[in-house]
Amino acid sequence: MGRRLLIFVPYFWLLALFLIPFLMVFRISLSDYDLAQPPYSPHFTGNVMEVVRALDWENYTFIFGDSLYLNSFLSSLRIAIISTLLTLAIGYPMAYAMARAPRGVQPLLVMLVILPFWTSFLIRVYAWIGILKSEGLLNLFLMSIGVISEPLSILNTNTAVYIGIVYAYLPFMILPLYATLEKMDDSLLEAAEDLGCSRMEAFWRITIPLSLPGIIAGSFLVFIPAMGEFVIPDLLGGSNTLMIGKTLWVEFFNNRDWPVAASVAMLLLAILIVPIVLFQKVQEKEAGL
Amino acid sequence: MKRLSSINITALVLGFSFLYLPILLLVIYSFNASKLVTVWGGFSTKWYGELLKNEQFLDAAWVTLRVAFVSASIATVLGTLAALVLVRAGRFRGRTLFTGMVYAPLVMPEVITGLSLLLLFISLGIGRGMTTIILAHTTFAMCFVSVVVSSRLVSFDQSVEEAARDLGCNATQAFFLVTLPLIAPAVIAGWLLAFTLSLDDLVIASFTSGPGATTLPMRIYSAVRLGVSPEINALSTILIVLVTIGVITASLASKWQATTTDR
Repeated sequence: MGRRLLIFVPYFWLLALFLIPFLMVFRISLSDYDLAQPPYSPHFTGNVMEVVRALDWENYTFIFGDSLYLNSFLSSLRIAIISTLLTLAIGYPMAYAMARAPRGVQPLLVMLVILPFWTSFLIRVYAWIGILKSEGLLNLFLMSIGVISEPLSILNTNTAVYIGIVYAYLPFMILPLYATLEKMDDSLLEAAEDLGCSRMEAFWRITIPLSLPGIIAGSFLVFIPAMGEFVIPDLLGGSNTLMIGKTLWVEFFNNRDWPVAASVAMLLLAILIVPIVLFQKVQEKEAGL
Repeated sequence: MKRLSSINITALVLGFSFLYLPILLLVIYSFNASKLVTVWGGFSTKWYGELLKNEQFLDAAWVTLRVAFVSASIATVLGTLAALVLVRAGRFRGRTLFTGMVYAPLVMPEVITGLSLLLLFISLGIGRGMTTIILAHTTFAMCFVSVVVSSRLVSFDQSVEEAARDLGCNATQAFFLVTLPLIAPAVIAGWLLAFTLSLDDLVIASFTSGPGATTLPMRIYSAVRLGVSPEINALSTILIVLVTIGVITASLASKWQATTTDR
């Protein structure tokens, strides 16, 4: 009896507020445009489902036919992949150095990596606007030391989006990398050097393969949220920065075409499902070891 | 022997400067007397004064705190229950679905979570406002809580609970007298995580809120879209300081707890 209730309460909550809404999105993605009433419209009364009539794949064929959506998906994919690689390139040396730092200092360094994660995401993205804009601090600094004479326009470009994503998600990359590097047995490296490997060679042939689980986990943790990112492309990107999260937002709030927004959401999930499942598999394998 | 080379030290210095410099500049410029954000006009705290007079921000802050408090508290209860189900309930029908529903929201893009909840609320005819934001935040935060709590439950020695049962406790008593105190650090950490996630959320709140319930991130977002303002810098600084104090206190508290329980 008690056990039943224990299972029932969280089960019911997640069914009602996660699974059912999610299935509704899928259903609406197959419905017609009539549904696209403003949420506050006085004409909009009663059940959404009543308006859902002929179910068809029209919205999906529309999305595939319109280059805006296709380009948003491709551009999100490119931005997410490049930012993941950049995050790895910046995060790896940091995680590596953290793992080699004196034992007593390591908890402090981990804490310093986690602290920005607790700070508001929006504020951390906002901080870059003041730095990157044309009369911003970076340009002022570069001009005062004479590196450039004309201000660089970085804000409202894809470069700013890369900076924003790398900055916001760097902790997600460093922590799993640090976790695997910290566990690594250094005697393996010494053995490799004794057997004639150069230090560089030992790094590529031992450290990198051993830290692969961390590299994979960190990359997924950056790639998955970056793919659906809305705030960063909206605040730092320009009008020609296409990302699917932003397209969905505009479709929903500005164009009020809910069926198309729902279809975009389903396609985004279809793209993410492979990395998400892979990530879960890697995590399970790690936990099982 | 592990040793830090100069390359390692450079990586750390550059990396941490990258992480902290933007925040530091934001804090410094919140004390700038000049309205022009990038021109230094001398030290001043006038933007903090302006902020205290700005009722829109104060109202939004109050809404946000209430939403975060209530949703974090419900999420902690539900998340702890979900963790107990995941770790202790053994096999039951629909277990795979349950596990999936606990883990999926962790990786679900916020735009999709927000959109789906909004469609649910509209189809049920629930008026959107603070309640709907609380329901939405509770749902995604409980999954984070259950991950935190279940990792603690897995590592915990079940025999103490069995001993309590042998000594005459019923299941409920054993949970409240033995299990809960032992997993308390994880439950508190889960609450703090849920609270922060709610405090921080812009996307899901934008989808699920209605007129009259504007959260602080929503206010900040609409102000930020118009550009950098010294008032937002001041507000950000206050939030950063509060979070920093909270995180440091929490980590000191857990360290203290670890030293008193691991004797």
